[in-house]
Amino acid sequence: MRTLRLLAFSWLLHFKMLSQSAFDGFLAILWPLFFATVAFFMFRHGHRSGALGPVALGAAVMGVWTATSVSASSALQRERRMGTLELLVASPTNLAFVLLPVTLATSTIGLYCIVATLIWARVLFGIHVPVEHPLPFALGILGIVVTIGSLGFLMAVAFVRSRRAWAIGALTEYPIWLVCGFLVPISLLPGWVRPISWALGPTWGMRAIHAGAFGGPAWADAGVCFALALCYVAAGALLLGRMVDGARRAATLSLT
Amino acid sequence: MPVIEAIELRRTYRTTTGVIRRRPLEVEAVRGISFAVEQGELFGLLGPNGAGKTTTIKMLITLLLPTGGEARVLGLDVVDRAREVRKRIGYVFGGDRGLYERLSARDNLRYFAELYGVSGKAQRTRIDEVLELVGLKGREQERVEGYSRGMRQRLHIARGILHDPEVVFLDEPTIGVDPVGARELRQTISDLIAAGKTVLLTTHYMFEADALCDRIAVIAKGQIVGEGTPAALKAGVAEGRVTEIEVFGVDEGTLSRLRVLDGVTAVTVEERDQKQLLVVQSDADREPTAVLLAQLDGFEVGRVSSREPTLEDAYVALVGAGE
Repeated sequence: MRTLRLLAFSWLLHFKMLSQSAFDGFLAILWPLFFATVAFFMFRHGHRSGALGPVALGAAVMGVWTATSVSASSALQRERRMGTLELLVASPTNLAFVLLPVTLATSTIGLYCIVATLIWARVLFGIHVPVEHPLPFALGILGIVVTIGSLGFLMAVAFVRSRRAWAIGALTEYPIWLVCGFLVPISLLPGWVRPISWALGPTWGMRAIHAGAFGGPAWADAGVCFALALCYVAAGALLLGRMVDGARRAATLSLT
Repeated sequence: MPVIEAIELRRTYRTTTGVIRRRPLEVEAVRGISFAVEQGELFGLLGPNGAGKTTTIKMLITLLLPTGGEARVLGLDVVDRAREVRKRIGYVFGGDRGLYERLSARDNLRYFAELYGVSGKAQRTRIDEVLELVGLKGREQERVEGYSRGMRQRLHIARGILHDPEVVFLDEPTIGVDPVGARELRQTISDLIAAGKTVLLTTHYMFEADALCDRIAVIAKGQIVGEGTPAALKAGVAEGRVTEIEVFGVDEGTLSRLRVLDGVTAVTVEERDQKQLLVVQSDADREPTAVLLAQLDGFEVGRVSSREPTLEDAYVALVGAGE
């Protein structure tokens, strides 16, 4: 119970902080609209107007990943820069419970982006996205936010030793868009890429959202999406424990 | 049983040197120090930059693993029982960092209250109590980014004692704070002792250590070079003599010659605008003025005076001997 309250309160505080940042606001709302606009023009001028609905959804989820990849992968570095990392490690709470709400807050910021992109698509391009099954659709959105936040958590831990963690996060932006089938179906990708797609939660989240919007079975996809999120959290927590022990041994916690 | 206990505590850092051919380098930051702090005591760790004070504190608060020796806080080993130690101690460091700037003071405190497991019911009362104690009541809804240095430091202390720890570690808490703010902080530290806490304090400011600490350990190059009450440390140099000489443009070579003069125990220089103030400590049975002035022949010399030794003189003598 105490852990749940900690996770919820911590998520809320970090969401509040990110919402107050002009840069994160730009990253979450304006920046993805440029990509969405390019995608809409490409598909419209490629005489693929029938695909504009899925493209609008894909562009919206692209924005969630954009908002998360840079911000989450440098989350620990940011705490280190602010001088709070040592205080967090010195607290009796497991650092995984401290970091997870931070990366979940960054992916939640992506919700702004989903709303902004869908409004942009509707108002400027006249693209209507039907929601055939609202509940699975909502579950798909929640799944995307949770799995991207959890993947961000794993990246934050994996890249912590790099002083350019944010840049590594940015490098993952386009590959994830492609591999997870945000814009083009993964069936069009080479066969060897598909196992990578299946190991990524956003692939399944995207499928659940599509099924919720345009009809089709969504529950199994959403289930896989949440299960993969759990795997990322477990792997990240394990890695984080080893990282903290290593940092206490090597005295690298306060390095900026 | 001591509340804080360090036994032959050591910490070595491994780093590399060189750009093209990197060579491993070992730096011994703490070289086998031992001390004990009793319940309700305010114990000071004094030393120059790089002496090993912060490294010692970080080992005691479980942020760093010792490379040798042992340390216990409240009887708990800081390596094997780190989580239990963390629950029962508070840590405050000096400076601007370590706070969430975009959040209010109250939100900062609520966050750390959650991290330290302060129950929801107790949080409101406890946060109000600590805000009152550090004098931030009424300003707690403001964002921290608008706070002065002194206010931030007081918020740091509030954060450090929020969970009512039995032991508080203060690492240079008044650094960079203006004199009025520093005085208020010292009052807050005194209040902690009055409330029954055990405090380990590191500081550069001698008058602060003199005014606050029950006992002091002077640390230089990772070793304790003197330990005792402020009065006892001062008594150690009370039989000596302190001569102050105002000079202009004295170079390092001349200072080195002064340091090796017979009867001279320590020489320090304070830069004051264009002039320098040489503080020379010497044996009580020697009158060094004539010898010193002879060595300074050729330099412009101003006021020359003698005075009683202070804690700072004791510190300089101990650190000088340690080096």
